[in-house]
Amino acid sequence: MKTVLAANPLLAAEAGNHTARNLTITLFLVFVAVTLGITIWASRQTKTATDFYAGGRSFSGFQNGMAIGGDYMSAASFLGIAGIIALYGYDGFLYSIGFLVAWLVALLLVAELLRNSGRYTMADVLAFRMRQRPVRTAAAVSTITVSIFYLLAQMVGAGALVALLLGIKPGTTFLGMDAATAKVATIIMVGALMIIYVTVGGMKGTTYVQIVKAFLLMTGALLMTVLVLAKFHFNLSELLGAAASASGKGDKLLEPGLRYGVEVAGNSTQTFYNKMDLLSLGIALVLGTAGLPHILIRFYTVPTAKAARKSVLWAIGIIGTFYLLTLALGFGAAALVGSEAITAQDKAGNTAAPQLAEALGLEFFGGDLGGAALLAIIAAVAFATILAVVAGLTLASSSSLAHDFYANVLKKGETSERQEVRVARISALVIGAISILLSIFAQNLNVAFLVALAFAVAASGNLPAILYSLFWRRFNTSGAVWAIYGGLLSAVVLVFFSPVVSGAATSMFPDHDWQWFPLSNPGILSIPFGFLCGWIGTLISKEHDEEKYAELEVRALTGSGAH
Amino acid sequence: MSTDTPAPTASQPDKYLAVQRSDEFAGLRRALRGFVFPMTVAFFLWYALYVILSAYARDFMGTKLFGSNINVALVFGLLQFVSTFVIAWLYSRYADRKIDPVADRIRAEIGEVTHEDGPRG
Repeated sequence: MKTVLAANPLLAAEAGNHTARNLTITLFLVFVAVTLGITIWASRQTKTATDFYAGGRSFSGFQNGMAIGGDYMSAASFLGIAGIIALYGYDGFLYSIGFLVAWLVALLLVAELLRNSGRYTMADVLAFRMRQRPVRTAAAVSTITVSIFYLLAQMVGAGALVALLLGIKPGTTFLGMDAATAKVATIIMVGALMIIYVTVGGMKGTTYVQIVKAFLLMTGALLMTVLVLAKFHFNLSELLGAAASASGKGDKLLEPGLRYGVEVAGNSTQTFYNKMDLLSLGIALVLGTAGLPHILIRFYTVPTAKAARKSVLWAIGIIGTFYLLTLALGFGAAALVGSEAITAQDKAGNTAAPQLAEALGLEFFGGDLGGAALLAIIAAVAFATILAVVAGLTLASSSSLAHDFYANVLKKGETSERQEVRVARISALVIGAISILLSIFAQNLNVAFLVALAFAVAASGNLPAILYSLFWRRFNTSGAVWAIYGGLLSAVVLVFFSPVVSGAATSMFPDHDWQWFPLSNPGILSIPFGFLCGWIGTLISKEHDEEKYAELEVRALTGSGAH
Repeated sequence: MSTDTPAPTASQPDKYLAVQRSDEFAGLRRALRGFVFPMTVAFFLWYALYVILSAYARDFMGTKLFGSNINVALVFGLLQFVSTFVIAWLYSRYADRKIDPVADRIRAEIGEVTHEDGPRG
């Protein structure tokens, strides 16, 4: 069979393509079936609000560490970083480093104190010693904004994958759909699945989906790394050299500066802006993690602060290992696939990792069919990655909408647990639908880049309020509201007037131009602005509740009265 | 379900205030802040140095170290991984020894605080 196929390369490629398509669909359906099974099982265990929001606080530090990994290593980490490294080399590694170092903020300053003093959402801690309604409203607005930015990134990644996986080329169709229609169909399908995971399985179902995904992603990335390194005799320098020469950019590929902080000859203003943009990205990455609502609520799934610490330590180990592998994936794709083939498939480079899988399979596992098989496996892993993350995001935003806004703002706390969880399920549906719609417009952006924006918004809108809340005695309602809205609005407004949204060929709306802010990441301005707003807002109000602060501090540090 | 904090008994606010003002709690706060604040400043500056060098010291970052393709930028980046792992490990060791025992003792002194859904949710 193989010789016949080999005699006719065209036919062989065609057969490989079909095998990949069928295998991907099969593997993906297996994953969906298994996770739906888990979700339904989890739904039977989900009776109280604590079960729905916090998985009954029954997970161990290791389980939660895996789930954090599954929640955090998104399409941005896998597809986006590999793509940026493949196309621009070293600059992509900056994301890996920022995403990892950021965990120290969560470990040292936030995880344990939040676990001890909160219950279901980020706002539990922010509103602890404040007037409930204004602070919870602000926190819900911010949670949902950050989560939707992040959701967009994941769905765009799913759309980019599908055209490659199903092998739909311009002019051909799959089940009567051309590439554009198939992308939209995929986004809708991913959205529908995440809504099911969250509404049916709650936090327990979502956590198990994330654990399974973390295991699959680590296995897939390790396998690809070993193959890449084997190809280059386990010599990192040789891999880097091959990537540099294949890219046509030489040593520049191995140094910072091809993508960020680009030096434009004869244009010192633009060079200055580019450098500022790099610093801005760096700050947003490192300060964003501890302000991400879907990460923060994971700390509520373990019984104690000590378990929360353990879960962060596991997460740092798992996530750090994975980000080291991104070097092999990215430079491997640069060397073995080449930037031309990558950009031909996806302009932003989001498909570099699966394309590398195909090349490796071709090399190591018997030709086209092997290539097709490995492509299918890695593609299914990527879909699993996306699904687990979008489920976490949807859960975070619907929890906040139900627990913060509905139960504590609209109903002033006078509602039943049952009703609150029902509202959370409906919220998941609404938020899912909104993100499906928005994703259809954002398809040309690199997903790592979109996630960096979510990090900037989280670091500006949430982190100042969280840190002030936990460590500043004087902080009050006015300060919290100012910090959240000030940071959030400045970040979102600056993004809206940045080249990300309009005024450049790569913008969301390339045919319009209302751009005036020169940086594509707002963090360097909006994060300090968030801190400044929180400080001013606090000073202009006399409100201060010494007793509540004593309660918060004692509970946060000792775990007394923890839920 | 009505609020995010337990309905305190009449004496509880006073109890928390008294604990907060105790020497033992002040010691716990000092132990925690004395580690996490300087460590945060340290890793942030170390990371900032890396980002700033990436932006402004391209020639330095491009310097070849060993092998034919391993440069300062790569090694510097990998060192960020190392420092993150080391700080996480140091903190975990410190918290086990200096924070947890004190926190456990104070919590035991405060006694059980009940919620509608049980002390551990």
